[in-house]
This record gives sequence, structure tokens and C-alpha cells, in this order.
Amino acid sequence: MSELRLTVNGGDHVVDVPVGTSLAAVLRDELGLTGTKIACNEGHCGACTVQVDGVPRLSCITLAHTVEGEVTTIEGLRDHPLVESFVRHDAVQCGFCTPGQIVSAAALVAANPEPSRDEIRHHMAGNICRCGTYTKIEEAIAAWRG
Amino acid sequence: MARLIRTEKEVEGRFEEVWLVVEEDPLEQWPAGPRSVVGRPATRKDGLERARGEARFTADHRPPGMLHAAILRSPHAHARATRIDLAPALALPGVRAALGPGEAAGLDAEAGYAGAPVAAVAADTFAQARRALAAIEVEWEVLEAVLDPEDAVARGQLVGEERRYERGDFERALAEADVVVEGTYRTQTVLHNSMETHQAVCEWIGDRLDVHISTQYVWGVRRGVADALGIPQDKVRVVCEYMGGGFGSKNDAGEYTLVAAELARRTGRPVRCALTRREENTAAGNRNATIQRLTVGARADGTIVALGGEFVNAVGWDGWSSSTEGPMKMLYACDDVRTVTWGAKVNTPPMKAFRAPGFVEGTFGLECLIDELAARLDVDPLELRRRNYAHENDGVPFSSKNLEACYRLAEKHWERRHEVRARSDATWKHGVGMASQIWYGGGGPPSYAWTRVGSDGRAVVVTAMQDIGTGTKTAMAQIAAEELGLPLDRVEVALGDTARGPYATLSAGSSTTPSVGPAVRAAAADAKRQIVEIAAQRYDLEERVLDIRDGMVVSRDGNLSVPVEDVVGLLGSAQILGKGARGPNPAGMSVLTFGVQVAEVAVDVETGEVRVLRVAAIHDVGRIVNPLGAASQVEGGIVQGVGHTLSEERLLDPETGRVLTTSLDAYRMPTIADVPEIVSEFVDRPDEHLTNLGSKGLGEPPIIPVAAAIANAIRDATGADVHELPISREEMLRALEAARRKAGRGAPAAV
Repeated sequence: MSELRLTVNGGDHVVDVPVGTSLAAVLRDELGLTGTKIACNEGHCGACTVQVDGVPRLSCITLAHTVEGEVTTIEGLRDHPLVESFVRHDAVQCGFCTPGQIVSAAALVAANPEPSRDEIRHHMAGNICRCGTYTKIEEAIAAWRG
Repeated sequence: MARLIRTEKEVEGRFEEVWLVVEEDPLEQWPAGPRSVVGRPATRKDGLERARGEARFTADHRPPGMLHAAILRSPHAHARATRIDLAPALALPGVRAALGPGEAAGLDAEAGYAGAPVAAVAADTFAQARRALAAIEVEWEVLEAVLDPEDAVARGQLVGEERRYERGDFERALAEADVVVEGTYRTQTVLHNSMETHQAVCEWIGDRLDVHISTQYVWGVRRGVADALGIPQDKVRVVCEYMGGGFGSKNDAGEYTLVAAELARRTGRPVRCALTRREENTAAGNRNATIQRLTVGARADGTIVALGGEFVNAVGWDGWSSSTEGPMKMLYACDDVRTVTWGAKVNTPPMKAFRAPGFVEGTFGLECLIDELAARLDVDPLELRRRNYAHENDGVPFSSKNLEACYRLAEKHWERRHEVRARSDATWKHGVGMASQIWYGGGGPPSYAWTRVGSDGRAVVVTAMQDIGTGTKTAMAQIAAEELGLPLDRVEVALGDTARGPYATLSAGSSTTPSVGPAVRAAAADAKRQIVEIAAQRYDLEERVLDIRDGMVVSRDGNLSVPVEDVVGLLGSAQILGKGARGPNPAGMSVLTFGVQVAEVAVDVETGEVRVLRVAAIHDVGRIVNPLGAASQVEGGIVQGVGHTLSEERLLDPETGRVLTTSLDAYRMPTIADVPEIVSEFVDRPDEHLTNLGSKGLGEPPIIPVAAAIANAIRDATGADVHELPISREEMLRALEAARRKAGRGAPAAV
């Protein structure tokens, strides 16, 4: 076990977990932040996406002890206009990938508030949605400010 | 009155004779078109909690003291474990229990495929459980494995019986045909890959078992678990409030649930058993591969006179042989049809239903064959389909069929083909193709719902169905709101708990809305009748002059207009309870869904790259309850269909039978960058013979015609006949080369 300090959604946390524990496991199992989902656990699908200092990171393949910077999860973005936009555009089907989609999209619109359709597709290509909600996700991001 | 009947029930294209108790359905259908709530776009009742990450999926359910299970799986495609020693695993830190073959249903000493479950352990952490698996000592006797489905058929190694069907005289009709087109079509094995893997958390409370599970059928799990454990069904409570996708693969309990239940019993602790993504892609089901040898005979004017098919379903070690021949039997008018279908039992992972099982595969073969016939006859493919329009299903009338209306709506998309083709240059060839769709989707009894109306004038629909991401929860709320005369934001739906709601059908087979929807409407009508009765007594008016509109109890003359809460509020904390049941399907009628899709593609004839640029989908599924959710279903089906057509393929090591594509970089599903422009339209006419709602299901129809529409667009663009899925670059280049060789032999040059 090895102590670890993390800043998550503006709050400071100290946890004691084995070296080698993923950031996703710490968020879900230690901090109870289950909005971050694990769907493949090997960095291929994007469901576990969080931000570290505003940059999207795959938390399932990020070692928790290597994280430097402020972590933002879906719980820290619940009031982001993208959430409302996803619901309004029906960009949620089963919803298992949705938190990761919104965390990715929030990083995009923070850096580029008016992304083109091509920029949206390029940025979001790492977030798999098996329900195939993509058309609506693209619309929701394009119209994220309402 | 409840009636006991013996009837044929269809689920996922499979029919069985069952006893059913059905209740009458006396409500008149609402008129066609948008109503106050039904027929108008509604955002999801549970959209916000899913988007905000507040929805607790099975993956998020962690009762205190929970242990983690892991399953030991066979490394051999066919083998018998002659000795298993669990002791080394039990000696490891954190390990609390272990099970060998026979100690839980699903764990077997004989493994019929690489990945078959053999043993299991439970430990404090998942990592400890995985380490313990590696310590289990197994001696294997390796047995002969049959991996080739045609080899299995030749040996008579089948799942179920050989299935033969004939109407008329196929041979005679074929001999009299002016033109005969034959083709062999192959479809690949594809994987469901729901984002939430198969998983369950089991916990015993006294002699009662609580099962939290990611499932499409809480009642099926309840029965499966009770039967496996030999306990009464009411001792098993199954809960699934939010669910991360299923697509047909989560209709039963599965070995992971039975393993968790047994380990929980032995340890006295809650036990989670969750498949990893790699297990998911090995052992959680698949859409099985098919081989289809098809023949069509036609007169010179395009009238189809004979249809024949031999179908091999590569079922795997277990599962069932789906109706790959179904479209050939049902889609076109043809008096002389003969099909034979074999389900090959091979030493590969078992199939499970996957979004219109059989019909997705069979429609690819049939609708490509029909287009090849159109090319041979030089008849417009849309015109050819109209010429062979079926007005009945094997002698049985349709409850409703609006495929011609679909074709009419498709004309404007079909007419784009001249303009689309003109965009071709030396490298990129553009083309347009179409394919029709036929499938079940009528649902049926039984399903039940309750509607509770409280003193605050709000309603809760209680029914133990599940919403697997299709938006059925929202559709049920709309139906109840419409019937009750309440705004949609005053109606909630409580679902997904066998202990806290009446039986409702599974979320599969495009059956949820057409099965549960009418029960919900009946329950709402029952509650509304009671509210009107109370209002009539309270205000001294006749019931027949009262109605509820927009949350107000109103009299026909306009003199009374009081909020519903003023009436129900008389009850204090008590509530009105309405009950409703799904009535019978129309006797002597065939209830089916229809549609047509028009795809536009571009093909790079140098590299074989195929891009799908646009798909227009027009479907006929009766009344549309929620146009917004319906469009999402169509888009999702098309996106999955594009994946099935171009990039997805489960690959096996031909020597060992092991799955090679276990990760999501090896198994390639569509991303947002692969999505074409999608246009969805609906005929939106209630089926006047079907229930108080007139709605059919929409989960499956949109995926059915996608592959054939794309393949036919490729032929339009390049002249190449694609006969195999997926249409990889290799397959595309092979088809282009075959077309060139054919052209060289004097056939019309198209490339």
C-alpha cells in the first residue's frame, strides 16, 4: 500500500492503495465516484475518460500514483451545459458511455467553444458508443450552449 | 374476464406453443397522428441521471463486504478436465471459496469451446481472484474439435433438427423460369460488446436471494436462478434499474450469476461476478456466422417465380438455429419457395440472439440476390421489389402492412442515384443501393402494469420491465400521461424489480413497447376511471360528462374545472391504483414490421476502401409513441449495421479455436467518425388490429437492411458483387477483381 494525494473536482483526498492501482479504480472504489465507468479496462473505449488539468485522460490505464494535477470527473461537470444538451438532443441511450463522452466533449469545448463537425468527430473518435448514439452526440456538442 | 388459451408465441423469430392467460382489451385506439403527449418528441425520463453519472448500474452496485468472483475457462476448444485441484487456489491470500465442475450450474468438466466455464473462485479483490485462477491445477484430456460448420453439417453434428420448408413446387417453378440467378453469401460472426459487460451481484438474506444484474429480462433471470438452485421463484428477487446495453445477449441468467449465487451462499457474503471485456468477447454470445446458397428464378418481366435457399448457421457449442431463411419465406410474393436450414454444432463459443437474429444475415443474402436479379433483367431495383409485393404471409393476412408507403417515401432518396453516380471520378466510385426489411415486432401477452395516482396529482407507472437504453421507460410514461390527461412531467415509471412490480415481458425482440405499452394504457385508463368516479360523487355530476385534461378534471359543459390533486387529495396519503393487462394479438393475422433503406456509398477502387455517406431509413412500425426516441433507435441500428457490414469480425485461431479479437482495438466497432448522414422517416400509421395502441417494436428493424443496402450501393457504384461480410478492403478488392474478370469475358463492363 502506498499513500496518494489527489485533487478531484476541487477537493483534496488522501488514499492508501497498492502501487499499480488505476486512477479509475481509485475514483470508483476509494472515492465512490462511480460516474466514471469502466467498460474495457484497457484504454480502448473511452468510457473511463476524466480530465487531468483539463486534458482528457483514460483513467483505466492511468496509474493513480503518477497523476499530477487536478482531476475532473463527470461528478465535477454535472452542471456543465453539455449535460443538458445531451439530454435535450437524446444523446443518451443506455448511458454507460455517456459520462465519458461528456467529459471528453467538455475538454473540447473548453479549448474550442465552436468546434466544427469535423473537429467534433476527430476529438470524440476515442469514445465508443455501442448503442450508436453518435449522430445525436455530434448534434449535442455542436449546440452545447443551447 | 381472464381467458386461458393455447397459442403460438414468437420471441426473436422463434415460435413456441404456450398456455397464456389473456385479458380483454376493450379500449378503442386513439386516432392516428400526434396526440397531447403520445406521438410528440420527448426527452428521456432518465436522461439526466444517466448523463450526470448518477444512475447506478449493476457495475456500480457494491454492497458492504462484497467479494469478487472470477471464472476459470477452458483453453481448449474441446476437452475434458480429468482432474481439478482447487486447494492451491484456496491457500492464496484473500481467497474465500472455490467451485469446481458441477458445483454451480454452468461449470462443466467437459468444455465444448475455448472459453467454456470450468471452475470459479471468490476473493476479497478481483486481482486476488484472478491470481487464484492461475493456481488451480487442471489436467485436460484434449478431444477432437470441429470448427468448420460445413464439416459439422456433413457429420450430422447439429443444434436442433434440420429445418425444411416448402410451399408450391420449387423445382418445377425454377425449370419454367426465364432467368435464374444463384449466389453463395457468407456472413461473419459478430460480437455484441455492450458497454457494460455481463455481470451480477448476488446476496443472500436468510433464505432469500437478491440478484442485481445487467439483464434484458428480470423475470427470465428469476426463473433461471430459481430452477438452477432448486428454490421457489419468489425467494429470488431480481433488480435491474439501469442497464448498459444488451442487444440480445442478456436474456438469461448466465453462468456468472449462478456462480455468484453459489459463492455467496458458501461465503455468507455478497459476491460480484463481472466478465472482463476479453471474457465478454469470448464467452458472452455472438451473432453466428452463416453460409447461404441462394437461388431465384424469375420471368423476363421481373416476376419472381421460385426462391430457394440452403442455410448453414454456425451456431457454436450451444444456442439455437435462428431463422436465416425467414426473409426468403416472407418478404416477396412467390408461390414456390423451398428452404433448408442446418444449425451446425461446432466447438466455438455459443451464439446468443443479436438484434434480429437470422433476419439480419438472411436479408443480406436475399436482398443482394434480388438486386443481382434486377441487374440481370435490367429492371429498376425498386420497381422489381414493387412487382413482387407480398399481400399476405403464406396465406395469412397481415394485421397491417405499409411497405408500399415506405417505398413511396423512399422514392426521393432513390432518385438521387443519378446525381450521386455523377460524382464518381477515376478513383472514387459513387453509388446508391436499397434493401427492404421484414421482421416480427408485434409483441404479445402477457404483460401487466399498475398506475398509482397520489394526492399531489402525480402518477407512477409500476411495471417490472427493464429499459436497456431503448427509451421504453419514456414511452411508457408518455402512454400513461396521454391516457390520464396529465402532463408528462407528472408521470414517473418504476421498473426493473421483480419484487416490486407485476410481470412484464423481456426487452428483446422489438417487443417491449407493443407488449407493455397496451398494459400501461389499460392501467392508466383504470386509474382515470376511478378518479372520474370519485369526482362525479364529490361534485354531484354524472361520470359520462367528466374527463381529465392537462391535469384538470373537467365537465363537458365547462362548468367544472378542478385540479386532479383536489380530487385525489381527498384520499390523503392513500392512492388510486389502476391495473392493466396486455390483451391478445389479433387471431389469424400475421403481425410484422416493414421498411426500406437507401444507402449511398463511395468506393476507392484502388485501395478497396468503402465509405458509407448517407443512409435514408423508412420504417413501418405502426404508431410512433416518441419520434425523438424512435429516430435514435434507427440511428443506432444503422450505426451497428455499418459496423457489421464494414469492420466487425470475430476472428478465431483456426488451429486452436481460440478467439483472437478479444479487445476493442482488435474488434473494430464504429466510432463517431464512421457515421454516415442518417435520415429517418416513419409511416406512423397505427395497426388498427393490434392492441389499444397500434404500435409495433422498433429496436431491431433498422439494423436488418443495412448490409444489403450498402452492398447493393457498391454494385451500383462499381459493378462488383460483394458476397461476404465484412466488406473489408481485401473482400472489396477481390470483388472488384472478379468483376473485371467477368467484364473481360464479355459481360457488361461496369468498372
